[in-house]
Amino acid sequence: MTFGTDDLNAVWLTLKLASLTALLLLLLATPLAWWLARTASRWRAPVGAVVALPLVLPPTVLGFYLLVALGPHGPIGQLTHSLGLGTLTFTFGGLLLGSLLYSLPFAVQPLQHAFEAIGTRPMEVAATLRARPIDAFFTVALPLARPGFFTAAILTFAHTVGEFGVVLMIGGNIPGVTQVVSTQIYGHVEAMEYAQAHWLAGGMMVFSFLVLLGLALLNRRQARVLS
Amino acid sequence: MRFLVVLGLLAGGLARAAGVSVAVAANFAAPMQKIAQAFEQDTGHKALLAFGATGKFYALIRNGAPFQLLLAADDETPARLEKEGLAVSGSRFTYATGRLVLWSRTPGLVDQQGEVLRRGGFERLAVADPRLAPYGAAAMQVLGQLGLLQQLQPRLVQGQSIAQTYQFVATGNAALGFVALSQVMTEGQVSEGSAWIVPAKLHAPLRQDAVLLAVGRDKPAAVALAAYLQGEKARAIMRGYGYEF
Repeated sequence: MTFGTDDLNAVWLTLKLASLTALLLLLLATPLAWWLARTASRWRAPVGAVVALPLVLPPTVLGFYLLVALGPHGPIGQLTHSLGLGTLTFTFGGLLLGSLLYSLPFAVQPLQHAFEAIGTRPMEVAATLRARPIDAFFTVALPLARPGFFTAAILTFAHTVGEFGVVLMIGGNIPGVTQVVSTQIYGHVEAMEYAQAHWLAGGMMVFSFLVLLGLALLNRRQARVLS
Repeated sequence: MRFLVVLGLLAGGLARAAGVSVAVAANFAAPMQKIAQAFEQDTGHKALLAFGATGKFYALIRNGAPFQLLLAADDETPARLEKEGLAVSGSRFTYATGRLVLWSRTPGLVDQQGEVLRRGGFERLAVADPRLAPYGAAAMQVLGQLGLLQQLQPRLVQGQSIAQTYQFVATGNAALGFVALSQVMTEGQVSEGSAWIVPAKLHAPLRQDAVLLAVGRDKPAAVALAAYLQGEKARAIMRGYGYEF
C-alpha cells in the first residue's frame, strides 16, 4: 500500500496552495512589515496585534468566522456575490484567502524584524546620496533584509503545508480542489485506513524536519557571513 | 497524544465520582443531553458525555480511552469492538434507528418529495463523508437509488462528520444537505427552513447500537444507563427528535 490517486492529488494541491500563499504573502506583507518597522504612529501596536492574532487563535476560530463571513449571508460572501465571484467556501480561492490570513504573522514578523535590524542609518546614507526613498528601498533595504525574506518564505510555505483546522472548516473535502494532505490524513485515520495514513503522515514528518533543518543551516551560514 | 492523556485523567477522575463516561455519536448529541438530565434525576447517577464521530471514538477506545459506554452512529463499530474484546460481549443493543433528512435553511427550497434534487437550482449539496459517517453513506445510497449520483457528484461538498455537514447547511454555504433528522427536529417538528424526510426504503437502516465497554463492565452507573436508554422515558425524548424503534 502506497499513495493513492487522491493522496497524490492532495500532495500536489498542498504544494500549490503553500507556494501561492508564500508568494502572495511576501508581496502583501512587505509594505505592511516596512510600515510596522518604521512608523511612530499610535496605530502601530493595534495593527501589530491584529497581525499576530492567527498565532494565538485556535484555527477553529478563524475557520468558523471564515465560514460565516464567506457564506452567502456574511459580509465577504455578499461582497463576492455582488462582484460575480459567487461563494468562496469550498473553492481553492477560499482556501487561499484562509491561508493568507492564517500564515500572515509568519510573513510579517520576520520581515519586520529584518527591517528593524537594518535601522535608519543605511536609508539616511542613501538619501544623502540623493536616492529617492523608493530607490533606496529597492537597492538598499531589500538586499539587506534578504535573510528575513528567506525566513518568511520558508515559514509561510511550511506553515501553510501544516494548515488543518481552517481547511477542514471551509474546504468541504473536495478531491483536487480543497482536499489537502492534512485533511486527507485526518480522513484516513478516521476511516481506520491506518496504512495510507502512515504514508502521508510519515512523509509530512520527513518534510517538516527537512524544512526546519534547512532553515537552521541557513541561519547559521547567514550568521557566519554577517560576522 | 497530550489530548489523550488529559482525556484519560479526566475520565479517570470522573469514574471515581460514580459517574458514567459516555462516548456519544454526534447526531445523538441533543437528545442525549436531555436523557442524561432525566437519568440523573431518576437514578442519581451522573452521565458525562463526549460527542464526536464514531470512527474517532473507535480509535480512542482502541488506544485506551476510558469510556464506559459507547452510543455509536452505526451497528458495525460496536460489533467490531465486541469482537476485539474491548466491549462486554452480549451487551450490544440498538438504542435508536435514525432518519435521514434533506434540509435547507431557506423556506420552500426543499419540497415534500425531494424533487429539488432533480430540479436543481442550487450550487452545493452537503453530505457527510460516506467513509466516516453512516448518515453520509446513507445519503450516497439515496442519490444512487434516485439515479442522481453522477449528475450531482460535482456539486457535493463533504463534512467530516454529520455535525460539520449541518454547519455547512446552517450557515448557508451549502444551499441544502443531507443531515440527521435529529439535528433539525425539535418536539416532533422540523423547526426551521424546508425539509424532505427521506423515505427509509431508499437507504440501509440507520441502526444505532450501544455497547458496554470493557471499562464499564459491572459499573452500576453504566449498566443503569444502558437499561435507561431502552426505557419509555428515554424513548419519548428520542421520538421528539425523530428517532424510531
